[in-house]
Amino acid sequence: MIEELESIDEDMENEPRSAWEGVEGPTREDVNYCIRCGLCLSVCPTYQASLRETESPRGRVALVAKAIEGELDLTTNFKDHMYRCLDCMACNEICPVGIKPADLCLNARYAIHQAVGEPPFKPILFRGVFPRTGVLESITKPVAWYERSGLRKAANAVGATRVLPSQLRDMERMLPNHLPLRGTRHQLSDVVAATGERRAHVAYFLGCVQGVMMADGCKATIEILAENGCDVVIPSNVKCCGMPMVGYGYQETAREMARHNIDVLMELNVEAIITDCATCGSSLKEYCHWLADDPVYAERAETFAAKVRDISEFLVEIGIRPPQGAVEARVTYHDPCHLCRAQNIRQQPREMLRAAGVEFVEMVGADTCCGSAGTQLITHYHTSVQVLESKMDKVAATEAEIVASGCPGCQMQLSLGVKRRGLPARVVHPSQLLAQAYRKKK
Amino acid sequence: MIDQRILKELRGIVGKQHVLTAPEDLVAYSYDGTFAEHRPDIVVRPDSTEQVSKVMKVASREAITVVPRGMASGLAAASVPIHGGMALDTCRMNRILEIDEVNFAVTAEAGVITQTLADTVTKKGLFYPPDPSSIKQSTLGGNAACNAGGPRCLKYGVTSDYVRGMTVVLADGRVLKTGGKAIKNVTGYNLTQLFVGSEGTLGVITELILKLLPLPKVARTAKAVFPKLADASRCVNAILAVGITPATIELMDETTIATIEEAMHLSLPLDVEAILIIESDGMDEEAVVQEIETIADICRKTGARDVDVARNEKERTALWAARRAISPSLARRAPNKLGEDISVPRSAIPQAVAAIKEISRKHDIPIAIFGHAGDGNLHPNILFDKRDPVQMEKVKRAASDIFGVALRLGGTLSGEHGVGSFKLPFLETDVGPIFVDVMTNIKKALDPKNILNPGKVVPGTAPGSKELLDW
Repeated sequence: MIEELESIDEDMENEPRSAWEGVEGPTREDVNYCIRCGLCLSVCPTYQASLRETESPRGRVALVAKAIEGELDLTTNFKDHMYRCLDCMACNEICPVGIKPADLCLNARYAIHQAVGEPPFKPILFRGVFPRTGVLESITKPVAWYERSGLRKAANAVGATRVLPSQLRDMERMLPNHLPLRGTRHQLSDVVAATGERRAHVAYFLGCVQGVMMADGCKATIEILAENGCDVVIPSNVKCCGMPMVGYGYQETAREMARHNIDVLMELNVEAIITDCATCGSSLKEYCHWLADDPVYAERAETFAAKVRDISEFLVEIGIRPPQGAVEARVTYHDPCHLCRAQNIRQQPREMLRAAGVEFVEMVGADTCCGSAGTQLITHYHTSVQVLESKMDKVAATEAEIVASGCPGCQMQLSLGVKRRGLPARVVHPSQLLAQAYRKKK
Repeated sequence: MIDQRILKELRGIVGKQHVLTAPEDLVAYSYDGTFAEHRPDIVVRPDSTEQVSKVMKVASREAITVVPRGMASGLAAASVPIHGGMALDTCRMNRILEIDEVNFAVTAEAGVITQTLADTVTKKGLFYPPDPSSIKQSTLGGNAACNAGGPRCLKYGVTSDYVRGMTVVLADGRVLKTGGKAIKNVTGYNLTQLFVGSEGTLGVITELILKLLPLPKVARTAKAVFPKLADASRCVNAILAVGITPATIELMDETTIATIEEAMHLSLPLDVEAILIIESDGMDEEAVVQEIETIADICRKTGARDVDVARNEKERTALWAARRAISPSLARRAPNKLGEDISVPRSAIPQAVAAIKEISRKHDIPIAIFGHAGDGNLHPNILFDKRDPVQMEKVKRAASDIFGVALRLGGTLSGEHGVGSFKLPFLETDVGPIFVDVMTNIKKALDPKNILNPGKVVPGTAPGSKELLDW
């Protein structure tokens, strides 16, 4: 028996070592069944933008396989390829075999993070900034001031932003028009009472990007919840949902966020936990997987995840109260990857828009990625803009006056797309249109 | 390895960002739709015929091996750079240059995705029939270089039937133009067809003039379940004998049916030897409906147990679900598969299937058989795990035996996948020494330095001693 074990050990030594030997990460099982048919190339936005196999799901699966087989090292180049994936999950959906290349990339980032560490700015961002809502707000204050002071208007009026390099200019253009100077967190009431007959008691999960950038959207979501008979409690001490940490390989920090948010929200004893951010929603629903091996939290995470609803999903479930007013505008809808593929929520946001009385026009390719993927405009500017431009062709073809999308990341990216093209359209969250329809009766 | 001076020259031609040498890129360009892999030394991604021409001049001068490729979805390892060298990626040349609605012709660059072309001409009421199952992830250039087929071939023919003209960059970098939009053309040798199916061994296809048809307006589908495979075969012959040519007649055998059922649960019967999926299309709805009803009738008379005819698009999609489930289901059963592609006379299908089943039993390795019953093109798929050397040995023997069956029944090695490097060792047995000699002379005349995709299609062209891909 011992001899047998020893001979196995010897065999193992002869095998080339996996690039992430000894740490948690993708395994052979995750990649072995790839038949290399290449079907995923037909839906991958980064492949279509670059036409380069290395930027395709099949390519990334091959790269991960070779790292596991010890034939590729975790070089800067290798890491970059893992980070180029937009995690839009179109490949996960189309793969005939059931390989999930997008998930594989996230998992590879985690493995790389553990195996070789990170440049110093990243721990500061992902451990120091994102997890601390207050810090995040204070960072965006100067940006808010830039807008409030009239400096932004002046800079754009005299064309000063034109002297910026294209990437910085695009980042400037991505900023929404009304940044809150004080975090949205501090502007919202703790509790909002239901209008009319009370139908449910819910909690609103205030996401970071909403909180910092999208005050109008947050307020609209809370407003339509109340309009639909919900008592809404808004805890201000929730933290980031954890998705940015998962995206950058900080699974441990993400799990800390999850445990904190579960503690805060479960204590409220609500029937449902509502979010209006596609990304937050998909993370919150995944807490049960993130914490599946946590002896203390696994079970609570299950109960928690079962309560999480996207605003559109929840409203359609309880039945949308018909507003007396209507929004008279031609509106199209962009499916956020984290809603349509991560949560299979496709029809509900459209129902919200129909309830708002808009003239709805379906976009061809409504569910293709817009290229935002959180931070891609900063980290992989050219790819992000190429993917965006291809999306904007589709948006422009609808001739819509308003583009609605249930994800703040998509909203910012699409706003940029609209500005780059000079389209006469604005970008909003579906909640805002429904709220507008309710307000019209008053 | 490519030295710095040449690297600089190539970068000057196609642009710095389109010459790739990083190990990650070489890995990504090391495979096709099979399990074969070998890294190239360099990847070059030109954007025009002119750039390809300049690249080939450098390659020819420096005697660098060049392996042209499209999206690398091939099933014979034809675009795998098994001897290293340069992977020449044509995907950036993806413009549709002209759709000529009067002459029913389209001119397009080699890197256009076949589905994109089909969709574009469909919008104009025109039809590009070749429909390889990789239609969404393969290019016109790749389809022409491998003479791709597809289910619709029975009625509409294969890629070569649609290629009227080409722009080809030769091994020395000269640009050859062949054919044109004229339907009749006997001026000189038919060089267009010489390059169709040449798998990148004679030149680099950069532009194509393709024939189009008017778009059929109606399609109707039937699914027939046969307890006996011989009856299914008899049925195919009976349909064709009455003068009906359906667009497709797809066959799946009992192993395939069982594998699909295990993975997908589509309520397919497990006690039958064959299922046929038959589709009829045309311009006139009444005629098409009548045709599919006649087909259903013939199925029943020749021994089908159940026949379903789809009355609308939704039912049609449901009937096709089983056919589309084949590939994913096979992949779930084993990590690797070798999809063979023999073609036999239609009447020999029952014997071929029986013989392949015997091979599967003999070598104790699962083989699922499906294919295009109307044209006798069968895809026996051997299922295995390449990490197991014992299984690999069985795969090699089984593949060799399958080729033997095809030849014994008067058929051939490959109907639509091509020779690549996988079928090279069996080629001469099929075509004979004189055929090989003529091919060798053509290859020498067009590629005297043997730089274009050596070791593929033409025996004896592998550099050094390594004739074959090491499995």
